[in-house]
Amino acid sequence: MSSMEITDAPENCPGTGTEDSGKAAACNGCPNQKICAAAGPAKPDPDVKLIAERLSDVKHKILVLSGKGGVGKSTVTANLARCIATKPELNVGILDIDLCGPSQPRIMGCEGEGVHQSGSGWSPIFIEDNLSIMSAGFLLPSPDAAVIWRGPKKNGLIKQLLRDVDWGALDLLLIDTPPGTSDEHLSITQFLAEAGIDGAVIVTTPQEISLQDVRKEINFCRKVNLPVLGIIENMSLFTCPKCHMSSVIFPTSSGGADKLTHQTGAPLLGRLPLDPLVGKSCDEGSSLFAEFPDSKVAQEYCKITSTLADIIKMT
Amino acid sequence: DIDLCGPSIPRMLGVHGREVHQHDAGWLPVYTDNSQTLGVMSIGFLLGNQDDPVVWRGPKKTAMIRQFLSDVTWGELDVLVIDTPPGTSDEHIAVMEALKDVKVDGAVLVTTPQAVAVGDVRRELTFCKKTKLKVLGIIENMSGFVCPHCTECTNIFSAGGGKSLAEHAKVPFLGSVPIEPNLALAAETGQDFASSFATSEAAIRFKSIFENLLLDNNGTVAENSGDMDTT
Repeated sequence: MSSMEITDAPENCPGTGTEDSGKAAACNGCPNQKICAAAGPAKPDPDVKLIAERLSDVKHKILVLSGKGGVGKSTVTANLARCIATKPELNVGILDIDLCGPSQPRIMGCEGEGVHQSGSGWSPIFIEDNLSIMSAGFLLPSPDAAVIWRGPKKNGLIKQLLRDVDWGALDLLLIDTPPGTSDEHLSITQFLAEAGIDGAVIVTTPQEISLQDVRKEINFCRKVNLPVLGIIENMSLFTCPKCHMSSVIFPTSSGGADKLTHQTGAPLLGRLPLDPLVGKSCDEGSSLFAEFPDSKVAQEYCKITSTLADIIKMT
Repeated sequence: DIDLCGPSIPRMLGVHGREVHQHDAGWLPVYTDNSQTLGVMSIGFLLGNQDDPVVWRGPKKTAMIRQFLSDVTWGELDVLVIDTPPGTSDEHIAVMEALKDVKVDGAVLVTTPQAVAVGDVRRELTFCKKTKLKVLGIIENMSGFVCPHCTECTNIFSAGGGKSLAEHAKVPFLGSVPIEPNLALAAETGQDFASSFATSEAAIRFKSIFENLLLDNNGTVAENSGDMDTT
């Protein structure tokens, strides 16, 4: 992939550091053609190997993706992690690479923590003995600080977060991403090329507006050879706490995630109901599984994590 | 619509799948009807296959956004509304740079009531400050759901976050809009929610918010229409 960005690249630019740089048909007429042809292919990135070494004790890695923003990706990531961590024999980590909107510190109740460095790297923040997290949020000086960076600078920080965090031995690392199919997503799949990723879980609401972007996300995964482990439909049904009648808040005009799974072959891992307890626990940084383990939504999470554990063969 | 990865506007306005036509002066916006009072430009119209992801790094996104602003013949407009993706990244930087010689009235920030959402909007406010973009105000969306069976209102996504952020940041609070399944369905099918469900609480709140926004900001919309001509 390109190691240098050019602003006026032609439509099918093969990238600036590849075998075809400057030589492909699309390069004719490009102002950069001569430079690319002379430079030749980029050397392999040494950090990719360092990242693989760093993560050699992390048995499984899952990217949590969403096409659309606001579907609950960070919430789902956090709750999947918390649910798995209710088993004390499993060690779980969350890596939050949503640099513009790093929500995990708030959701996990550790906002404001600082990152400590030691000889062996950056220490993640421990929520429980077996549940740790690292987020760009811990590196920002205040809750108002904004990461107003273009792609290359974001990629630099993502690389550091992958290379320098000393997770120790983990059974599972869940990686929370920003919405879309952008720099962060391209970069993380490249940086983890040697370390390996078990696959991606895609979060959606039932709406076609969201599913439209999930299809794009699935095609992105295919493009970068990232297995799609499954789809989680969030905000499925709301049950009134007073009268206990159910309502569909986010209706679908196209069959919901069910139909999508038939169309794409990506399994439906589960359907999470809309429950105010979820929002509340995220805002408070508390655990849904500690406070409301018998709630429908907590039970659905347990089903989903069990299915996921089977798929990635996590024992 | 500069949300290049997730362009939802065409579907929401019932112009999904349409093509962009070019003429000598540039690209024509896609109009929602023959009156040509609402024109749209989105990458959604330029994708060969709607399921194709736009997997671009920053520079290519920046170039596309510049084209949307320089090559589309908008004609005379009273308002150009720019829908952005979440975050404070290439798209946001690109649009601010492209508009640096153009009068921009400001930004409207949308949040849900939850602290987690508000936490991100705080950073968006910082973006506005750093880029000297006036904050016209905050809209709190998905603000409560009234059960259609028993009329109990449940704050599914918590309550009050948008209002308290506006107070904390000393920016106008433009109003809150309740969760409305008909609105969600209208967005799916490209139906005009404001017309079809004009008596719903959500539509009434929208109308009030937008009237306040346009009138407070411009005096009357007609006065500033000359400034918005970007041809």
